[in-house]
Amino acid sequence: MFIKQLSVFIENREGRLDDVLAVLKKNDVNIVSLSLADTSDYGLLRLIVSDPKKGRDALKEEGFSAMLTDVLVIKLEHRTGRLQELLAKICNSSINIEYMYALSTGKDDASIVFKTSDLEKAVEVLIKENVGFFTDDDIKEIM
Amino acid sequence: MIWNEARECMSRDELAHLQSARLVKTVDRVYHNVEYYRKKMQQAGLEPGDIKGIEDIDKLPYTTKNDLRDTYPFGLFAAPQSEIVRIHASSGTTGKATVVGYTRKDLEVWSECVARAMTMAGVTRNDIIQVAYGYGLFTGGLGAHDGAQKLGATVVPMSTGNTKKLTTMMKDFGATAIACTPSYLLHIAEVLEEEGSIDEIKLKYAICGAEPWTENMRKSIEEKLHIKAFDIYGLSEIMGPGVACDCEYHKGLHVYEDHFLPEIIDPETLKPVAEGETGELVFTTITKEGIPLIRYRTKDLTSISYDKCECGRTLARISRFKGRSDDMLIIRGVNVFPSQVEAALLEMSGTTPHYMMIVDRVNNLDTLEIQVEVEERFFSDEIRELESLTKKIGHVIQTAIGLSAKIKLVEPKSLERSMGKAVHVIDKRKLV
Repeated sequence: MFIKQLSVFIENREGRLDDVLAVLKKNDVNIVSLSLADTSDYGLLRLIVSDPKKGRDALKEEGFSAMLTDVLVIKLEHRTGRLQELLAKICNSSINIEYMYALSTGKDDASIVFKTSDLEKAVEVLIKENVGFFTDDDIKEIM
Repeated sequence: MIWNEARECMSRDELAHLQSARLVKTVDRVYHNVEYYRKKMQQAGLEPGDIKGIEDIDKLPYTTKNDLRDTYPFGLFAAPQSEIVRIHASSGTTGKATVVGYTRKDLEVWSECVARAMTMAGVTRNDIIQVAYGYGLFTGGLGAHDGAQKLGATVVPMSTGNTKKLTTMMKDFGATAIACTPSYLLHIAEVLEEEGSIDEIKLKYAICGAEPWTENMRKSIEEKLHIKAFDIYGLSEIMGPGVACDCEYHKGLHVYEDHFLPEIIDPETLKPVAEGETGELVFTTITKEGIPLIRYRTKDLTSISYDKCECGRTLARISRFKGRSDDMLIIRGVNVFPSQVEAALLEMSGTTPHYMMIVDRVNNLDTLEIQVEVEERFFSDEIRELESLTKKIGHVIQTAIGLSAKIKLVEPKSLERSMGKAVHVIDKRKLV
Protein backbone atom coordinates (compact mmCIF):
# COMPACT_ATOMS: atom_id res chain seq x y z
CA MET A 1 0.00 0.00 0.00
CA PHE A 2 2.89 2.35 0.76
CA ILE A 3 5.50 3.46 -1.69
CA LYS A 4 9.10 4.09 -0.66
CA GLN A 5 10.07 7.66 -1.38
CA LEU A 6 13.71 8.62 -1.65
CA SER A 7 14.56 11.88 0.21
CA VAL A 8 17.88 13.68 -0.21
CA PHE A 9 19.36 16.68 1.65
CA ILE A 10 20.89 19.24 -0.71
CA GLU A 11 22.78 22.37 0.25
CA ASN A 12 21.92 25.52 -1.67
CA ARG A 13 25.10 25.39 -3.68
CA GLU A 14 25.60 25.50 -7.39
CA GLY A 15 25.56 22.09 -9.02
CA ARG A 16 24.40 20.01 -6.08
CA LEU A 17 21.08 18.99 -7.63
CA ASP A 18 22.97 18.03 -10.75
CA ASP A 19 25.33 15.90 -8.63
CA VAL A 20 22.41 13.98 -7.11
CA LEU A 21 20.83 13.32 -10.48
CA ALA A 22 24.18 12.22 -11.91
CA VAL A 23 24.55 9.59 -9.17
CA LEU A 24 21.08 8.23 -9.97
CA LYS A 25 21.82 8.17 -13.67
CA LYS A 26 25.12 6.39 -13.17
CA ASN A 27 23.32 3.70 -11.17
CA ASP A 28 20.50 3.37 -13.65
CA VAL A 29 17.83 4.58 -11.22
CA ASN A 30 14.93 6.07 -13.16
CA ILE A 31 12.96 9.03 -11.76
CA VAL A 32 9.17 8.82 -11.95
CA SER A 33 8.36 11.98 -10.06
CA LEU A 34 10.07 14.53 -7.87
CA SER A 35 9.51 17.59 -5.77
CA LEU A 36 12.04 20.04 -4.41
CA ALA A 37 11.30 21.88 -1.17
CA ASP A 38 13.63 24.78 -0.57
CA THR A 39 14.68 26.97 2.35
CA SER A 40 17.27 29.75 2.31
CA ASP A 41 20.13 27.41 3.19
CA TYR A 42 19.17 24.00 1.90
CA GLY A 43 16.69 22.01 -0.13
CA LEU A 44 14.98 18.66 0.31
CA LEU A 45 14.63 16.60 -2.82
CA ARG A 46 11.88 13.99 -2.68
CA LEU A 47 11.77 11.40 -5.41
CA ILE A 48 9.71 8.47 -6.55
CA VAL A 49 12.15 6.22 -8.42
CA SER A 50 12.33 2.82 -10.08
CA ASP A 51 14.56 1.34 -7.36
CA PRO A 52 14.53 3.45 -4.18
CA LYS A 53 16.83 1.19 -2.16
CA LYS A 54 19.48 1.15 -4.85
CA GLY A 55 19.12 4.93 -5.21
CA ARG A 56 19.56 5.50 -1.50
CA ASP A 57 22.58 3.22 -1.20
CA ALA A 58 24.27 4.83 -4.18
CA LEU A 59 23.69 8.33 -2.82
CA LYS A 60 24.94 7.44 0.66
CA GLU A 61 27.98 5.90 -0.92
CA GLU A 62 28.66 9.28 -2.51
CA GLY A 63 28.32 11.04 0.84
CA PHE A 64 24.76 12.41 0.60
CA SER A 65 22.23 12.29 3.42
CA ALA A 66 19.51 10.14 1.88
CA MET A 67 16.67 8.15 3.37
CA LEU A 68 13.55 6.19 2.46
CA THR A 69 10.13 7.21 3.73
CA ASP A 70 6.72 5.61 3.31
CA VAL A 71 4.31 7.73 1.32
CA LEU A 72 0.94 7.19 -0.28
CA VAL A 73 0.44 7.44 -4.02
CA ILE A 74 -3.17 7.49 -5.10
CA LYS A 75 -5.07 7.60 -8.39
CA LEU A 76 -7.96 9.95 -8.75
CA GLU A 77 -10.30 10.87 -11.58
CA HIS A 78 -9.41 13.91 -13.62
CA ARG A 79 -12.32 16.00 -12.47
CA THR A 80 -12.61 19.44 -10.93
CA GLY A 81 -13.01 19.29 -7.16
CA ARG A 82 -12.02 15.64 -6.69
CA LEU A 83 -8.81 16.40 -4.81
CA GLN A 84 -10.61 18.88 -2.59
CA GLU A 85 -13.25 16.25 -1.71
CA LEU A 86 -10.62 13.76 -0.65
CA LEU A 87 -8.64 16.29 1.33
CA ALA A 88 -11.78 17.36 3.17
CA LYS A 89 -12.29 13.74 4.29
CA ILE A 90 -8.70 13.51 5.46
CA CYS A 91 -8.95 16.81 7.31
CA ASN A 92 -12.18 15.77 9.01
CA SER A 93 -10.36 12.75 10.40
CA SER A 94 -7.81 15.07 12.02
CA ILE A 95 -4.97 13.87 9.84
CA ASN A 96 -2.30 16.39 8.85
CA ILE A 97 -0.82 16.44 5.40
CA GLU A 98 2.95 16.91 5.74
CA TYR A 99 3.60 17.43 2.04
CA MET A 100 2.16 16.56 -1.36
CA TYR A 101 3.13 16.62 -5.01
CA ALA A 102 1.85 15.33 -8.35
CA LEU A 103 2.88 12.19 -10.16
CA SER A 104 2.79 12.08 -13.90
CA THR A 105 1.56 8.77 -15.28
CA GLY A 106 0.94 9.77 -18.86
CA LYS A 107 -2.58 8.34 -18.54
CA ASP A 108 -6.03 9.89 -18.19
CA ASP A 109 -6.12 9.62 -14.40
CA ALA A 110 -4.37 12.08 -12.14
CA SER A 111 -2.08 10.84 -9.40
CA ILE A 112 -0.66 12.43 -6.30
CA VAL A 113 2.04 11.53 -3.81
CA PHE A 114 1.63 12.58 -0.20
CA LYS A 115 2.66 11.95 3.35
CA THR A 116 0.35 12.42 6.34
CA SER A 117 0.77 12.47 10.08
CA ASP A 118 -0.92 9.04 10.23
CA LEU A 119 -0.55 6.97 7.07
CA GLU A 120 -2.62 3.94 8.23
CA LYS A 121 -5.54 6.15 9.17
CA ALA A 122 -5.31 8.01 5.86
CA VAL A 123 -5.51 4.68 4.03
CA GLU A 124 -8.67 3.74 5.98
CA VAL A 125 -10.31 7.03 5.06
CA LEU A 126 -9.35 6.78 1.40
CA ILE A 127 -10.43 3.15 1.00
CA LYS A 128 -13.94 4.21 1.94
CA GLU A 129 -13.76 6.71 -0.92
CA ASN A 130 -12.87 3.97 -3.41
CA VAL A 131 -9.53 5.50 -4.18
CA GLY A 132 -6.97 3.40 -6.03
CA PHE A 133 -3.49 3.03 -4.54
CA PHE A 134 -0.28 2.64 -6.46
CA THR A 135 1.90 -0.34 -5.64
CA ASP A 136 5.57 -0.76 -6.42
CA ASP A 137 4.59 -2.72 -9.51
CA ASP A 138 2.38 0.13 -10.74
CA ILE A 139 5.34 2.46 -10.41
CA LYS A 140 7.52 0.13 -12.49
CA GLU A 141 4.75 -0.08 -15.10
CA ILE A 142 4.76 3.68 -15.64
CA MET A 143 8.33 3.44 -16.89
CA MET B 1 46.45 64.90 32.41
CA ILE B 2 47.68 62.29 34.88
CA TRP B 3 45.29 60.98 37.53
CA ASN B 4 47.84 59.70 40.03
CA GLU B 5 51.21 61.25 39.23
CA ALA B 6 52.86 59.84 42.35
CA ARG B 7 52.24 56.32 41.13
CA GLU B 8 52.15 56.64 37.36
CA CYS B 9 55.42 58.56 37.16
CA MET B 10 57.39 57.06 40.06
CA SER B 11 61.00 56.05 39.43
CA ARG B 12 61.56 52.45 38.35
CA ASP B 13 63.60 51.81 41.53
CA GLU B 14 60.85 53.05 43.79
CA LEU B 15 58.31 51.08 41.80
CA ALA B 16 60.35 47.86 42.11
CA HIS B 17 60.52 48.43 45.84
CA LEU B 18 56.77 48.90 46.10
CA GLN B 19 56.09 45.87 43.87
CA SER B 20 58.39 43.67 45.94
CA ALA B 21 56.69 44.60 49.19
CA ARG B 22 53.29 43.99 47.66
CA LEU B 23 54.30 40.70 46.07
CA VAL B 24 55.61 39.37 49.38
CA LYS B 25 52.34 40.32 51.03
CA THR B 26 50.28 38.70 48.27
CA VAL B 27 52.24 35.44 48.36
CA ASP B 28 51.79 35.35 52.11
CA ARG B 29 48.07 35.96 51.70
CA VAL B 30 47.45 33.18 49.17
CA TYR B 31 49.66 30.73 51.07
CA HIS B 32 47.65 31.18 54.22
CA ASN B 33 44.17 31.72 52.77
CA VAL B 34 43.99 29.55 49.64
CA GLU B 35 44.48 25.81 50.06
CA TYR B 36 44.97 25.33 46.32
CA TYR B 37 47.90 27.76 46.22
CA ARG B 38 49.38 26.43 49.45
CA LYS B 39 49.46 22.93 47.96
CA LYS B 40 50.90 24.20 44.70
CA MET B 41 53.66 26.01 46.55
CA GLN B 42 54.37 23.06 48.80
CA GLN B 43 54.66 20.83 45.74
CA ALA B 44 57.21 23.27 44.36
CA GLY B 45 59.03 23.17 47.72
CA LEU B 46 58.24 26.81 48.40
CA GLU B 47 57.44 28.67 51.55
CA PRO B 48 56.23 32.28 51.65
CA GLY B 49 59.59 33.37 53.06
CA ASP B 50 61.35 32.19 49.89
CA ILE B 51 59.83 35.06 47.95
CA LYS B 52 61.67 38.17 49.06
CA GLY B 53 60.92 40.43 46.12
CA ILE B 54 60.07 40.60 42.43
CA GLU B 55 63.42 39.05 41.55
CA ASP B 56 62.05 35.78 43.00
CA ILE B 57 58.91 35.78 40.84
CA ASP B 58 60.10 32.97 38.58
CA LYS B 59 60.19 30.56 41.53
CA LEU B 60 56.41 30.72 41.73
CA PRO B 61 54.14 28.33 39.79
CA TYR B 62 51.89 29.59 37.00
CA THR B 63 48.11 29.86 37.23
CA THR B 64 45.86 29.10 34.23
CA LYS B 65 42.17 29.21 33.39
CA ASN B 66 42.08 25.48 34.18
CA ASP B 67 43.04 26.24 37.80
CA LEU B 68 40.01 28.51 37.99
CA ARG B 69 37.84 25.79 36.49
CA ASP B 70 39.17 23.17 38.90
CA THR B 71 38.38 25.38 41.87
CA TYR B 72 35.00 26.57 40.55
CA PRO B 73 33.34 28.63 41.86
CA PHE B 74 35.14 30.21 44.84
CA GLY B 75 38.15 27.93 45.43
CA LEU B 76 40.80 30.56 44.72
CA PHE B 77 39.18 33.30 46.81
CA ALA B 78 41.53 34.62 49.46
CA ALA B 79 38.95 36.58 51.42
CA PRO B 80 35.95 35.28 53.38
CA GLN B 81 32.58 35.62 51.69
CA SER B 82 31.58 38.32 54.16
CA GLU B 83 34.28 40.57 52.63
CA ILE B 84 33.37 39.82 49.01
CA VAL B 85 31.05 42.54 47.75
CA ARG B 86 30.85 41.72 44.04
CA ILE B 87 31.04 38.71 41.74
CA HIS B 88 31.80 38.80 38.01
CA ALA B 89 32.15 35.91 35.58
CA SER B 90 33.46 35.27 32.09
CA SER B 91 33.54 32.32 29.72
CA GLY B 92 35.34 29.20 30.80
CA THR B 93 36.85 26.87 28.23
CA THR B 94 33.97 24.41 28.66
CA GLY B 95 30.63 24.47 30.44
CA LYS B 96 31.66 26.28 33.60
CA ALA B 97 32.20 30.01 33.91
CA THR B 98 35.34 31.63 35.27
CA VAL B 99 34.23 33.35 38.49
CA VAL B 100 35.98 36.21 40.25
CA GLY B 101 35.18 38.06 43.49
CA TYR B 102 36.03 41.57 44.68
CA THR B 103 36.37 43.04 48.13
CA ARG B 104 35.44 46.66 48.74
CA LYS B 105 39.12 47.56 48.42
CA ASP B 106 39.43 45.63 45.14
CA LEU B 107 36.58 47.71 43.71
CA GLU B 108 38.40 50.85 44.91
CA VAL B 109 41.58 49.78 43.11
CA TRP B 110 39.62 48.86 39.99
CA SER B 111 37.85 52.22 39.77
CA GLU B 112 41.19 53.97 40.43
CA CYS B 113 42.74 52.12 37.47
CA VAL B 114 39.83 52.92 35.16
CA ALA B 115 39.92 56.55 36.31
CA ARG B 116 43.64 56.66 35.42
CA ALA B 117 42.86 55.20 31.99
CA MET B 118 40.05 57.64 31.29
CA THR B 119 42.19 60.57 32.46
CA MET B 120 44.88 59.34 30.08
CA ALA B 121 42.30 59.64 27.30
CA GLY B 122 41.45 63.18 28.34
CA VAL B 123 38.16 62.57 30.16
CA THR B 124 37.47 64.81 33.17
CA ARG B 125 34.63 65.54 35.57
CA ASN B 126 33.30 67.99 33.01
CA ASP B 127 32.50 65.19 30.57
CA ILE B 128 29.32 63.21 29.98
CA ILE B 129 30.26 59.61 29.24
CA GLN B 130 28.06 56.90 27.75
CA VAL B 131 29.08 53.45 28.90
CA ALA B 132 28.01 51.09 26.13
CA TYR B 133 29.57 47.86 27.32
CA GLY B 134 27.20 45.16 28.52
CA TYR B 135 26.22 45.55 32.18
CA GLY B 136 26.06 42.34 34.16
CA LEU B 137 28.43 39.49 34.87
CA PHE B 138 30.72 40.84 32.15
CA THR B 139 33.24 43.24 33.74
CA GLY B 140 33.05 45.81 30.92
CA GLY B 141 29.90 47.69 31.89
CA LEU B 142 30.24 48.00 35.66
CA GLY B 143 34.03 48.38 35.47
CA ALA B 144 33.91 51.38 33.15
CA HIS B 145 30.93 52.72 35.08
CA ASP B 146 32.67 52.72 38.47
CA GLY B 147 35.84 54.25 37.03
CA ALA B 148 34.02 57.07 35.26
CA GLN B 149 32.04 57.76 38.41
CA LYS B 150 35.22 57.86 40.50
CA LEU B 151 36.59 60.38 38.01
CA GLY B 152 33.51 62.49 38.60
CA ALA B 153 32.23 62.40 35.03
CA THR B 154 28.49 62.19 34.37
CA VAL B 155 27.87 58.54 33.63
CA VAL B 156 25.09 57.42 31.27
CA PRO B 157 24.79 53.62 31.71
CA MET B 158 23.60 52.74 28.19
CA SER B 159 24.68 49.09 28.17
CA THR B 160 24.36 47.44 24.73
CA GLY B 161 21.61 46.58 22.34
CA ASN B 162 19.81 49.78 21.40
CA THR B 163 21.91 51.81 18.99
CA LYS B 164 19.07 54.16 18.07
CA LYS B 165 18.57 55.18 21.69
CA LEU B 166 22.32 55.55 22.10
CA THR B 167 22.75 57.92 19.16
CA THR B 168 19.68 59.92 20.14
CA MET B 169 20.96 60.41 23.69
CA MET B 170 24.46 61.09 22.42
CA LYS B 171 23.04 64.07 20.53
CA ASP B 172 20.39 65.19 23.06
CA PHE B 173 22.65 64.96 26.13
CA GLY B 174 25.70 66.30 24.32
CA ALA B 175 27.76 63.29 25.40
CA THR B 176 31.49 64.00 25.11
CA ALA B 177 32.90 60.53 25.77
CA ILE B 178 31.98 56.91 25.16
CA ALA B 179 33.27 53.56 26.39
CA CYS B 180 32.47 50.54 24.18
CA THR B 181 34.04 47.96 21.90
CA PRO B 182 35.82 49.46 18.85
CA SER B 183 33.68 47.49 16.40
CA TYR B 184 30.51 48.76 18.05
CA LEU B 185 31.81 52.33 17.85
CA LEU B 186 32.42 51.89 14.11
CA HIS B 187 28.87 50.64 13.82
CA ILE B 188 27.62 53.68 15.75
CA ALA B 189 29.62 55.90 13.37
CA GLU B 190 27.92 54.26 10.41
CA VAL B 191 24.48 54.75 11.91
CA LEU B 192 25.27 58.44 12.51
CA GLU B 193 26.55 58.76 8.95
CA GLU B 194 23.34 57.26 7.58
CA GLU B 195 21.30 59.66 9.67
CA GLY B 196 23.49 62.47 8.39
CA SER B 197 23.89 63.66 11.97
CA ILE B 198 27.61 63.33 12.64
CA ASP B 199 27.86 67.13 12.89
CA GLU B 200 25.30 67.15 15.70
CA ILE B 201 27.37 65.12 18.16
CA LYS B 202 29.75 66.62 20.71
CA LEU B 203 31.83 63.47 21.22
CA LYS B 204 35.53 64.03 21.92
CA TYR B 205 36.92 60.80 23.37
CA ALA B 206 36.37 57.07 23.10
CA ILE B 207 37.80 54.42 25.41
CA CYS B 208 37.59 51.18 23.48
CA GLY B 209 38.46 47.65 24.47
CA ALA B 210 37.26 44.10 25.15
CA GLU B 211 38.37 42.93 21.70
CA PRO B 212 41.47 43.15 19.53
CA TRP B 213 41.64 46.04 17.08
CA THR B 214 44.24 47.69 14.94
CA GLU B 215 45.89 51.05 14.50
CA ASN B 216 43.95 51.46 11.25
CA MET B 217 40.64 50.87 13.01
CA ARG B 218 41.61 53.53 15.52
CA LYS B 219 42.40 56.00 12.75
CA SER B 220 39.17 55.17 10.98
CA ILE B 221 37.15 55.78 14.19
CA GLU B 222 38.99 59.05 14.80
CA GLU B 223 38.43 60.30 11.25
CA LYS B 224 34.77 59.32 11.01
CA LEU B 225 33.75 60.79 14.36
CA HIS B 226 36.39 63.56 14.67
CA ILE B 227 37.39 62.25 18.11
CA LYS B 228 40.38 60.70 19.89
CA ALA B 229 40.19 56.97 20.52
CA PHE B 230 42.14 55.02 23.15
CA ASP B 231 42.79 51.35 23.71
CA ILE B 232 41.93 49.93 27.13
CA TYR B 233 42.90 46.39 28.09
CA GLY B 234 41.84 44.08 30.84
CA LEU B 235 40.57 40.66 31.71
CA SER B 236 38.20 39.65 34.45
CA GLU B 237 40.65 37.17 35.99
CA ILE B 238 43.05 40.03 36.74
CA MET B 239 40.40 42.69 37.35
CA GLY B 240 38.46 43.75 34.28
CA PRO B 241 39.05 46.72 31.95
CA GLY B 242 41.74 49.05 33.22
CA VAL B 243 44.71 46.72 33.61
CA ALA B 244 46.42 48.79 30.90
CA CYS B 245 45.55 51.70 28.59
CA ASP B 246 47.34 53.73 25.94
CA CYS B 247 48.18 57.43 26.27
CA GLU B 248 47.99 60.19 23.66
CA TYR B 249 51.27 58.99 22.08
CA HIS B 250 49.76 55.58 21.26
CA LYS B 251 53.04 53.78 21.67
CA GLY B 252 51.79 50.86 23.67
CA LEU B 253 49.44 50.42 26.62
CA HIS B 254 50.68 51.53 30.05
CA VAL B 255 50.29 48.74 32.59
CA TYR B 256 49.30 49.83 36.10
CA GLU B 257 52.31 48.05 37.48
CA ASP B 258 51.78 49.14 41.06
CA HIS B 259 48.82 46.71 41.03
CA PHE B 260 49.64 44.20 38.31
CA LEU B 261 53.11 42.77 37.85
CA PRO B 262 53.61 41.82 34.19
CA GLU B 263 55.97 39.24 32.68
CA ILE B 264 56.38 38.08 29.09
CA ILE B 265 57.17 34.39 28.66
CA ASP B 266 57.69 31.95 25.84
CA PRO B 267 54.42 29.94 25.82
CA GLU B 268 56.32 26.77 24.89
CA THR B 269 59.33 26.82 27.22
CA LEU B 270 57.62 29.01 29.87
CA LYS B 271 60.88 30.95 30.23
CA PRO B 272 60.96 34.76 30.19
CA VAL B 273 61.75 36.36 26.83
CA ALA B 274 64.05 39.34 26.37
CA GLU B 275 62.60 42.86 26.63
CA GLY B 276 60.90 43.82 23.39
CA GLU B 277 60.39 40.25 22.21
CA THR B 278 56.93 38.83 21.69
CA GLY B 279 55.60 36.25 24.09
CA GLU B 280 52.67 35.43 26.33
CA LEU B 281 51.61 38.07 28.84
CA VAL B 282 51.55 36.86 32.46
CA PHE B 283 50.20 38.86 35.40
CA THR B 284 50.56 38.61 39.14
CA THR B 285 48.05 40.74 41.00
CA ILE B 286 49.91 42.36 43.89
CA THR B 287 47.17 44.28 45.68
CA LYS B 288 44.13 42.12 45.13
CA GLU B 289 42.33 40.66 48.14
CA GLY B 290 39.32 38.80 46.72
CA ILE B 291 41.05 36.55 44.24
CA PRO B 292 44.77 37.28 43.94
CA LEU B 293 46.31 35.35 41.05
CA ILE B 294 49.93 34.36 40.90
CA ARG B 295 51.59 34.40 37.48
CA TYR B 296 48.30 34.09 35.61
CA ARG B 297 48.83 33.13 31.97
CA THR B 298 46.60 35.46 29.92
CA LYS B 299 47.33 33.64 26.61
CA ASP B 300 47.54 37.09 24.99
CA LEU B 301 50.65 37.56 22.87
CA THR B 302 52.48 40.87 23.13
CA SER B 303 55.84 42.48 23.95
CA ILE B 304 56.82 44.91 26.69
CA SER B 305 58.94 48.05 26.92
CA TYR B 306 60.21 49.65 30.13
CA ASP B 307 61.39 52.90 28.54
CA LYS B 308 59.98 56.12 29.93
CA CYS B 309 57.15 57.40 27.74
CA GLU B 310 56.95 60.87 26.20
CA CYS B 311 53.81 61.42 28.28
CA GLY B 312 55.96 61.39 31.43
CA ARG B 313 54.72 58.06 32.77
CA THR B 314 57.31 55.51 33.83
CA LEU B 315 54.87 52.60 33.69
CA ALA B 316 55.87 49.79 31.33
CA ARG B 317 54.05 49.60 28.01
CA ILE B 318 52.75 46.50 26.28
CA SER B 319 52.39 46.59 22.50
CA ARG B 320 49.16 46.00 20.59
CA PHE B 321 48.18 42.36 20.90
CA LYS B 322 49.54 40.06 18.26
CA GLY B 323 47.13 37.21 18.85
CA ARG B 324 46.53 34.46 21.36
CA SER B 325 48.44 31.37 22.35
CA ASP B 326 45.16 29.45 22.63
CA ASP B 327 42.07 29.23 20.42
CA MET B 328 39.89 31.73 22.25
CA LEU B 329 37.83 33.98 19.97
CA ILE B 330 36.45 37.36 20.90
CA ILE B 331 33.10 37.85 19.16
CA ARG B 332 31.14 41.05 19.81
CA GLY B 333 33.33 41.50 22.89
CA VAL B 334 32.38 38.07 24.27
CA ASN B 335 35.08 35.46 24.85
CA VAL B 336 34.24 32.24 23.06
CA PHE B 337 36.12 28.95 23.05
CA PRO B 338 35.38 26.43 20.28
CA SER B 339 35.39 23.80 23.04
CA GLN B 340 32.23 25.41 24.48
CA VAL B 341 30.42 24.90 21.19
CA GLU B 342 31.70 21.36 20.99
CA ALA B 343 30.53 20.57 24.53
CA ALA B 344 27.07 22.00 23.80
CA LEU B 345 26.66 19.96 20.61
CA LEU B 346 27.86 16.87 22.43
CA GLU B 347 25.38 17.37 25.21
CA MET B 348 22.56 17.84 22.74
CA SER B 349 23.23 14.89 20.51
CA GLY B 350 25.34 12.30 22.32
CA THR B 351 28.22 12.49 19.90
CA THR B 352 29.57 15.64 18.31
CA PRO B 353 28.60 16.16 14.70
CA HIS B 354 31.12 17.79 12.43
CA TYR B 355 30.83 21.54 12.76
CA MET B 356 32.57 24.71 11.69
CA MET B 357 32.36 28.16 13.25
CA ILE B 358 32.51 30.95 10.69
CA VAL B 359 33.26 34.34 12.21
CA ASP B 360 32.96 37.42 10.05
CA ARG B 361 32.43 41.13 10.39
CA VAL B 362 29.55 42.64 8.44
CA ASN B 363 28.96 46.41 8.70
CA ASN B 364 31.45 46.45 11.58
CA LEU B 365 29.47 43.96 13.64
CA ASP B 366 30.78 40.48 14.28
CA THR B 367 28.71 37.61 12.97
CA LEU B 368 28.89 33.98 13.96
CA GLU B 369 27.59 31.18 11.77
CA ILE B 370 27.84 27.58 12.87
CA GLN B 371 27.63 25.01 10.12
CA VAL B 372 26.58 21.56 11.24
CA GLU B 373 26.66 18.50 9.04
CA VAL B 374 23.31 16.75 8.64
CA GLU B 375 24.20 13.23 9.57
CA GLU B 376 21.86 10.29 9.13
CA ARG B 377 20.49 10.57 12.67
CA PHE B 378 19.50 14.22 12.20
CA PHE B 379 18.05 13.84 8.74
CA SER B 380 14.34 13.96 8.03
CA ASP B 381 12.20 14.14 4.91
CA GLU B 382 10.26 16.96 6.54
CA ILE B 383 11.44 20.59 6.48
CA ARG B 384 9.60 21.16 9.76
CA GLU B 385 11.80 18.60 11.52
CA LEU B 386 14.98 20.07 10.06
CA GLU B 387 13.94 23.56 11.09
CA SER B 388 13.20 22.45 14.60
CA LEU B 389 16.66 20.84 14.67
CA THR B 390 18.19 24.16 13.58
CA LYS B 391 16.31 25.98 16.33
CA LYS B 392 17.35 23.46 18.95
CA ILE B 393 21.02 23.73 18.00
CA GLY B 394 20.73 27.53 18.02
CA HIS B 395 19.26 27.41 21.49
CA VAL B 396 21.91 25.16 23.05
CA ILE B 397 24.68 27.23 21.47
CA GLN B 398 23.22 30.49 22.75
CA THR B 399 22.88 29.02 26.23
CA ALA B 400 26.48 27.81 26.14
CA ILE B 401 28.29 30.87 24.79
CA GLY B 402 25.85 33.69 25.48
CA LEU B 403 25.78 34.77 21.85
CA SER B 404 23.24 34.12 19.16
CA ALA B 405 24.59 32.27 16.16
CA LYS B 406 23.13 31.55 12.76
CA ILE B 407 22.89 27.79 12.41
CA LYS B 408 23.31 26.40 8.92
CA LEU B 409 22.79 22.75 8.11
CA VAL B 410 25.22 21.43 5.54
CA GLU B 411 25.71 18.15 3.71
CA PRO B 412 27.65 15.34 5.37
CA LYS B 413 31.39 15.39 4.74
CA SER B 414 31.18 18.84 3.18
CA LEU B 415 33.16 20.50 5.97
CA GLU B 416 36.90 20.48 5.72
CA ARG B 417 38.70 17.64 7.49
CA SER B 418 42.23 18.25 8.59
CA MET B 419 44.85 15.59 9.02
CA GLY B 420 46.27 16.96 12.25
CA LYS B 421 44.47 19.01 14.87
CA ALA B 422 40.83 19.49 13.92
CA VAL B 423 40.05 22.94 12.57
CA HIS B 424 36.69 24.19 13.80
CA VAL B 425 37.01 27.91 13.19
CA ILE B 426 37.25 30.08 10.11
CA ASP B 427 37.79 33.69 11.15
CA LYS B 428 37.18 35.89 8.12
CA ARG B 429 37.49 39.15 10.04
CA LYS B 430 40.26 41.23 8.64
CA LEU B 431 41.71 43.46 11.31
CA VAL B 432 43.47 45.97 9.11
